[in-house]
Amino acid sequence: MHKPETKTAGFGWLIGFALLAILLIVLPHLLSFSQQEILVMLVIDVLLVCSYRLLTLTGEWSLAHAVIMGVGAYASALAAKELAVPVPLAMLVGASVSAFLAFLLSFPLFRMKGFYFLIGSFAAGEVIRLMWKWSDLTFLFGGPKGIKRIPSMPDLFGIDFFEPVNYYYLCLIVVAVSLLILYRVERSRIGLTFHAIHWQDKLAESVGVNTFRYRMLAFVISAFFAGLAGALYAHYVGAVAPNRFDVEEMVYILIWAIVGGTATFYGPIIGVVTLTIINEVILRALGVDEMRPMLYGALLIVSILFLPDGLESLVPKTKAWLASRKERRENMRTEEVPAE
Amino acid sequence: MTAELFLQTVVNATYAASYMALIAVGFVLIFGVMGVINFAHGELYMAGAYTVVALYADMGFPFFLAVVVGLIFVGCLGLVMEVGLFRPLRDNPLGGLIASIGFLLILQTVAMMGFGVRMENVPPSTQDKIVFLDGAVLTYQRLYVILAAVGLLSALWIFLRKSKFGWSLRACAQDREAAVLQGISINQTARIAMFIGAGLAGVAGALTAPLVSPTPFMGHSVIVTAFIIIIVGGIGSLEGAVLVAILYGFVHTFVTTMYDGTLANIVGLLLMLAVLIVKPTGLFGAKERA
Repeated sequence: MHKPETKTAGFGWLIGFALLAILLIVLPHLLSFSQQEILVMLVIDVLLVCSYRLLTLTGEWSLAHAVIMGVGAYASALAAKELAVPVPLAMLVGASVSAFLAFLLSFPLFRMKGFYFLIGSFAAGEVIRLMWKWSDLTFLFGGPKGIKRIPSMPDLFGIDFFEPVNYYYLCLIVVAVSLLILYRVERSRIGLTFHAIHWQDKLAESVGVNTFRYRMLAFVISAFFAGLAGALYAHYVGAVAPNRFDVEEMVYILIWAIVGGTATFYGPIIGVVTLTIINEVILRALGVDEMRPMLYGALLIVSILFLPDGLESLVPKTKAWLASRKERRENMRTEEVPAE
Repeated sequence: MTAELFLQTVVNATYAASYMALIAVGFVLIFGVMGVINFAHGELYMAGAYTVVALYADMGFPFFLAVVVGLIFVGCLGLVMEVGLFRPLRDNPLGGLIASIGFLLILQTVAMMGFGVRMENVPPSTQDKIVFLDGAVLTYQRLYVILAAVGLLSALWIFLRKSKFGWSLRACAQDREAAVLQGISINQTARIAMFIGAGLAGVAGALTAPLVSPTPFMGHSVIVTAFIIIIVGGIGSLEGAVLVAILYGFVHTFVTTMYDGTLANIVGLLLMLAVLIVKPTGLFGAKERA
């Protein structure tokens, strides 16, 4: 499934990354204020969808990811607001609570596989979400209205994080580090074991891999970063509510992952970036942003029908097409030589 | 709990069980024959409700005409899904599920753009009601739902047992390849199953429209209910779906009456999780399908 990667990144890659970094740093200054806010959300969504992909490596598709993001958001918000934990620390608390919850949920949920896991994770997520809404727990979670006036990121080194641009840079650094960790995990022995469990779980078990523990590990890591994304969201927006993390949000995560493709690390990122651009730039320009669900639905259907491996599968296809064109041109040249 | 409240709750639970059964049986039928989890089932229910909003509440056609149109219209939506989505994706195990999520979003947006986001108010088609001795009340509006559930589900049961289509439907649910070898057309069978399954959801939505104030997002709670019922009843078991719909209708209504609605939903989901953990094949086994 996976070509062995070359150990050292080539020179071309370095230039590519440098250009990307420059683009990401310059980008917010080219945008309007509202577009900067969208950009912050986009960066958070990238982390969300990439953390989701880590779990899909083991072959399990969860429907609890949006709620787990919410757990991070709620935990971080409560820690900062009620317990006066400094915000950066509260974010780590939020992420850790998400991870711990995933650890607990592993015991019932990983008794299931495939479709049953899908439904089981959905049920578990809904139970948590309903707890937030439940009137008997309003004193803690604020009921359907959620938690408001969450402390925002304090000024650090004289940088005001209330400004979207500055918060964007903060998110960019956090997300870049997180993605690097996720990438390293996937390339490590652990990540290879995830792949093994996906494709051959019985075989993996027979050579002594504890599939339950590896599934749990994937779930916990993925939950940690989803929780971190939730915490970044909570302290930026300043409010969380149960409906922000409902099945609709989960559907969007699924759509980003599926439209982008999950076989490569960059697939989901392509998905979320492309769809956000289509949604925020094109629909907004046409003044029809209430059509967002329909557009997402239509794109999902089109992609599952005609591009089941996602947008990412266009990359090797384009490469192959370019190569074949080049080859053909060279063949033509060599054929032309004797004629001359 | 007083005797009057108890009886009233029993009446309410019977009504809840009836519409849950209509929805769940359609859901199970679609899964049994085509192996597709139809995530858009709640939105088919919503489409049925909005047919009544449009024809009966807005245009003033008779209520029952609107209900019948709702059945046929939503059944046809089901046909569209089968021909346009599920058939091309038959070899892709999660493909149907994903495509139905896309279809769900489209239906939601159409309802939103056509009717707006706010709740629709559908006037009841009749003010008549039955008052029992203890003072419990059953409105005719709710009685229609109960009668429709009993009537349509009995008709479906006879159809599945007696008619040739019914036999081929059950054959497909049991073993698709063997059914094909016997000369049964998978495509035709799937079309019938999809029409019936979607139509049942449409009827449930149409009949309950005056009782629930339709919104474009009403499908969400419906699909959750449907999931709970088919998991607890055992995926693919029609009898299990009906029995669990009755059971869940009573549990949900009683918990709602005695405590509150959110807790009732939590109880339902925990029930489903418990079944998933202890006996994933459901209470009524997976051996017998459709």
